[in-house]
Amino acid sequence: MMSAAPSPPTTFEVAARTEGLTKIYGKGDAQVVALGGVSVDIHAHEFTAIMGPSGSGKSTLMHCAAGLDEATSGKVFLGDVEITGLKENDLTRLRRDRIGFIFQAFNLIPTLTAKENILLPLSIAGREPDPEWFARVIDTVGLSERLGHRPTELSGGQQQRVACARALVSRPAIIFADEPTGNLDSKSSREVLEFLRRSVTEFGQTIVMVTHDPSAASYTDRVLFLADGRVVDELREPTAETVLERMGRLDGARGV
Amino acid sequence: MLRASLKSLLARKLRLLMSAVAVILGVAFVAGSFIFTDTLGRSFDGIMSSSVGDVVVRPAGSGDTLGSTQTIDGALVAKLAAAPGAARADGNIVDYTTFVVGKSGKLIGGQGAPGMAVNFTDGPAANNTSMFSLASGEMPTQDGQIALDAKTAKTGGYVVGDKVNVVTASAKAQVNPTLSGIIESSGSLVGASVVVWTTHEAQSLYLGGKDAFNDVWVTREDGTSQEQLRAAVAPLLPADLEAVTGDSAAEAAANQIQESLKFITYFLLIFAAVALVVGTFIIVNTFSILVAQRMRELALFRAIGASRRQVARSVLIEAFVVGLIGATLGLGLGIVLAIAIKALFGAIGLDLAGAELVLAPRTVVAAYVVGLVVTLLAAYLPARRAGKVPPVAAMRDDVTLTESSMHRRVLAGLALTALGAAALALGLLADVPKPVAFVGAGILGVLLGVALTSPVVGRPLIVGMGAIYRRLFGSVGVMAEENALRNPRRTAATASALMIGVALVSMMAVFGSSTKASINKEIEKNFKADYLVSNSIGSDFSTAVGDEVAKVDGVATVSRVRWGMGEVGDGQEWIAAIDPATFGQVATLDTSAEALANLDRGGLLLDADTATELGLKTGDKVRMKLSGKPFDATVAGTYAATAGSAPARYLLSTKTWDANGGKLSDGQVYVRLTDGADAAAVGSALDKIVADLPTVSVKDVAGYAEEQAKPINQMLMIIYALLGLAVVIAILGIINTLALSVIERTREIGLLRAVGLSRRQLRSMLRLESVVIALLGATLGVVLGVVFGMAIQRALADEGFSTLQIPWVQLVAFVLMAGIVGVLAAVWPGRRAAKLKILDAIGSE
Ligand SMILES: Nc1ncnc2c1ncn2[C@@H]1O[C@H](COP(=O)(O)OP(=O)(O)OP(=O)(O)O)[C@@H](O)[C@H]1O
Ligand SMILES: [Mg+2]
Repeated sequence: MMSAAPSPPTTFEVAARTEGLTKIYGKGDAQVVALGGVSVDIHAHEFTAIMGPSGSGKSTLMHCAAGLDEATSGKVFLGDVEITGLKENDLTRLRRDRIGFIFQAFNLIPTLTAKENILLPLSIAGREPDPEWFARVIDTVGLSERLGHRPTELSGGQQQRVACARALVSRPAIIFADEPTGNLDSKSSREVLEFLRRSVTEFGQTIVMVTHDPSAASYTDRVLFLADGRVVDELREPTAETVLERMGRLDGARGV
Repeated sequence: MLRASLKSLLARKLRLLMSAVAVILGVAFVAGSFIFTDTLGRSFDGIMSSSVGDVVVRPAGSGDTLGSTQTIDGALVAKLAAAPGAARADGNIVDYTTFVVGKSGKLIGGQGAPGMAVNFTDGPAANNTSMFSLASGEMPTQDGQIALDAKTAKTGGYVVGDKVNVVTASAKAQVNPTLSGIIESSGSLVGASVVVWTTHEAQSLYLGGKDAFNDVWVTREDGTSQEQLRAAVAPLLPADLEAVTGDSAAEAAANQIQESLKFITYFLLIFAAVALVVGTFIIVNTFSILVAQRMRELALFRAIGASRRQVARSVLIEAFVVGLIGATLGLGLGIVLAIAIKALFGAIGLDLAGAELVLAPRTVVAAYVVGLVVTLLAAYLPARRAGKVPPVAAMRDDVTLTESSMHRRVLAGLALTALGAAALALGLLADVPKPVAFVGAGILGVLLGVALTSPVVGRPLIVGMGAIYRRLFGSVGVMAEENALRNPRRTAATASALMIGVALVSMMAVFGSSTKASINKEIEKNFKADYLVSNSIGSDFSTAVGDEVAKVDGVATVSRVRWGMGEVGDGQEWIAAIDPATFGQVATLDTSAEALANLDRGGLLLDADTATELGLKTGDKVRMKLSGKPFDATVAGTYAATAGSAPARYLLSTKTWDANGGKLSDGQVYVRLTDGADAAAVGSALDKIVADLPTVSVKDVAGYAEEQAKPINQMLMIIYALLGLAVVIAILGIINTLALSVIERTREIGLLRAVGLSRRQLRSMLRLESVVIALLGATLGVVLGVVFGMAIQRALADEGFSTLQIPWVQLVAFVLMAGIVGVLAAVWPGRRAAKLKILDAIGSE
C-alpha cells in the first residue's frame, strides 16, 4: 500500500477537516470498517473530488463530514467548529446555514417549483434571499425560464442544476455533492460540472464532490483517492488522463 | 400468489392494523347495538314472565296499554276463586306513579323509569313462579307498612323499620309508611322502583278506597292447564272483562316490548351505519395508499407473469384478512361498547345494572358479515386499480397510476348530490310512504355526492388556507399546502370521513337549537300563567297539591289539566281534560266561546286537523271510554292546531273527565296571580307546598322553558355521543393517512432534513397538513349540516318547529375543535417522521 502523498507546501485556508475519522458499521463478525482513520483537509475555495472504488467509503466520508452521519471515532471540523458531538438541533442549523448538498438523484421536493426548491434552505431558515445573488445564481445555472416548473417537468440535468442552485443560493461554507452527475448523460453532466466549476472560480465556493468519472474529476482542483476506508493518494490540477493513470496505479497496487 | 400476499401483509403489520381500525370500530358499533338491545330485551322478558298469573282477568283490550284505569269489582275475586280448576284468585293493584324519596331528599329513579306500586298478595305468579321474593323483614301485613325492592331501599338509605318517604299521585300526595321488608325481584327492574302496600292501603290510595282491582290472577289447581282454567273462568266475566292465559299474556307483553325496543335497535343501528360509511372511506383510502405504495412490488408480480386478476385478488385477499381480523376485534370491542351504551342509558334512568350481556349468534354473524362485506367492497376499487399496474412500472421510478378522470368523478358526485337532495325533498315535503327512509337516503346521497366532488370543491378552501399558511409559516406552510393538494383524492377522502360526522352533528345542533327556540317562542306566546306546577318527570301528581295552591294568598286562578290514555272510537288516544272557564286565562286556546260552552256541557273539543282527519263536525257523537263505562261525547267544536297551546288533540272538561272515571290526579296546575300580588312571595309559598314532593315543581315561564329544553339537551347529548364514534373513526383516518403519507414520502423527508429542516419544522409541516384536512372536513360538514338542519326545520315548520335558530357559536366551536383534532392527529405520524434517520430515509425506496 502507498503512503499518503505529501501535503502541498502552500498554506491553504481550511474549510473542513477530519482527524482520524473512523466509521464502523455493524458489530462482531458482521463488522465493516467503512472509514479507517481518515485525516484530510478540505481547502476553502477549491473544488475537491473524492474518488475510489465502490465501497471504499467515499459516501461515508462525505456524510460524516457533513454531519449527516455520526462518526464512530475521530473528529470533524467545519471551519473552526467541531461538529462531532454537536446536538441534533445545532447540526440541523449547521446543515441549513453552512452546508449545501447535492445528491445523485431525488434532490428536489416534487410539490415545489424549481424556484421554491432553490429557495428552500433559505425559507426554512426564514431568511430572505439576496436578490442580486439569487439572480446571479439563476443566471449561472441557466434556468431563468424554468423557474416556475415542477421537478417532474424538468430533465434530469435540469433537475441537478436546480439542486446545484439550491446548494449555492444560501452561500454555504461548503457544498457536498455525491455523484451529482451519476445519473446524467455526458451533455447534462458537462452542464452541471461547468456550473460547479464556475461557482468555485467566480464565487469562491468550496465544493467537495464524489465521482467515479475521471473526466468529471478533471473539472476539479484536487483529487483525493480513497481505498478501503483510507486516503491513499492525492492529485492536484488533475486531467482525465492523469486521473485515469493514477486510478490504474491504485488498482494495480491493490492487486486487481 | 396467496403466500406472497400474506407475506406482504405480515411485513406491514402496522399498516394492516391501521386499516383494520376502521373495520374494528364499525363492527364494534353494530355488535354493540345488538348486544345491548338483546340484553335489554332479555331483562324485560325476565320481568314479563313472572308478572302474570296462570290466568289473568283484566279489562277487555287493556293488554294493549299500560295503565288502563278501568277497575274490576272486588266481589268478582271470590267468584273466580271458586271456578272449577282454580286453586285461588288474587286481585292486583298496579300503579306507575309512586316514587320513593331517599333519606337525603333525592328522588330515586325517575327520568323515564316508572315508579311502580303494587299490593301484596301471597298468590303465586304463572306456573308457580313468583315476581318477588322476600330478602329481609316481612311483607306488609297492615296499613302503614310497605316493602321496597332492594335496590331502591339501598339507594334511599332505608333499612327495615325506617319511615319511608313515598310520593304518590293519589289524593295523598305524600305518605310516610314504615319499611317492613325488602324484596328481591326475579328479573332486572330496568330502573323501576317498587313499593308494595297492603291490598287495603293500595285500594285506598289508588282506587279511591273502593274494593276493586286492576286485574285478577287466577291460579290453577294441579292437573288443570292454563287454557282449561281460562275456559272455565271466561263465562263468569262481565262483557267488559277478558280472561287470558298467563303464557299468552306474557308473550304478548314481551312482543310488545320487543317491538318498542326495536326502535332502540334501529336508533343504534343508524349510528352503526354512519360509523360504517365513515369507516368505508378510511378503508378505501388505506387500500388505495397501500396499492400506490406497493406499485413496484405489484408491477414486479406482473412482470414475472402474474395476471391482472391475480394481482387484484392479492389485494382482495389482504382485504379479507383485514376484514376477518377487524370483525373479530370489533366483536370484542362491541361487548365493551355495549357496556358503555348500557352505562349511557343507565345515566338517563334505564338502569340495567343487574342484567347480563346477551351475545346472540345473530350478533356474531352480523359482525363477520358486516366486517367482511364492508372491507371487501371498500377494497374492490383499489384492487382493480392494482390489477391495472403496468409491468413496466417495476422498472420505472416515478409511476403514477392512471386514475379515472376527475371529470367523471365530479359529474357522478353532482348527480348523486342532486339525487340525494331530491330524495331529501321528497321525504320532507311530499307524502311518501316512508319519509324517514327518504330523508336518511337523501342525506346519505348528498354526503356521498359531496364527498365525491370534494377534491374539486375543497380545492379553493385548501388554497385559501395555503395563502394564510404561506404568510404565517413560510416554506413549511407552502409544503403543507402542497402536500394536501398533491393527492386531492386522498385528502378529500380523509376529509370526507370527518365531514360526514361533523355534518350530522351540526345538523342535530341546528335542529336541536331550532327546536328549543321554537318551544321557547311557543311558550312565550301561549304561556299566560304566572306559575306552572307540574311533574318534572312527566307523571301525574296528587290533586292535593292544587288544593293547597289555591289557598295561597295572591293566587287568583288555579287551572288544572288532567290527562291519560283512553279510547276514542276504536283507538287508544292521549286525552286531556281542561277547565273551560279558566284555561283560556292561563294558556292560549284558539277556539270559539260557543265551543268552550259546549265543552263545559260535556263535549269533546278537537284540534281542527284531527276533526278533518276523522270527518267529525260539531254536534257529532263520539264513543269514548276512560275507565269505567263507555260514554258518548258530543263534538263541542274545534280549536286551531298551533303546537304547544293544548295538552292533547282530544280535550274534555275536567268535569266530564272525573264523571267518567278519568284518573283523579293532575298533570299540570296553572296558577295566575291577583293583580298586584307579590310574585316572588307567592312563588316561595308555592315552593313550600311542593318542598317535600321532589317529583313536583313550581316554575315560571323561564323555568318551564328550561325544563322543556332539558330532554332535548339530553337527547342531543346521547346523539352527539353516538355520532362521536363516527368522528373518532374519521380522526383515526386522518392519523392513518398521515402516517401512510409519511412512509410514502420517506425520501423526501430525508432530503428536507438534509437541507436543514429541523425536526420541529418537520412536525409542524405535518401538523399543518393535518389541520388543513381536518378543517376542510369540518367546514364542509358544518355547511352541509346547516343545510340539512335548515331543510328539516323548514319542512317541519308547521308541526311546531316554527323557528330556525342556527347555533353559530357552537358551529364555529366545531370547526375550531376540528382544528385541534388536526393538531392531535399529526402527533404520532409527526413523531415517526421526526425519528427517521436522514441517511436511511434518503436511501429508502
Ligand atoms: N448503513 C450501512 N450499514 C452497514 N454497512 C454499510 C452501511 N453503509 C455503508 N456500508 C458499508 O461501508 C462501506 C463504505 O460504503 P460507502 O457507501 O461509503 O462506499 P462508496 O465508496 O460510497 O461506494 P459507492 O461508490 O458504491 O457509492 C461499504 O463496504 C458498505 O458496504
Ligand atoms: Mg457512494
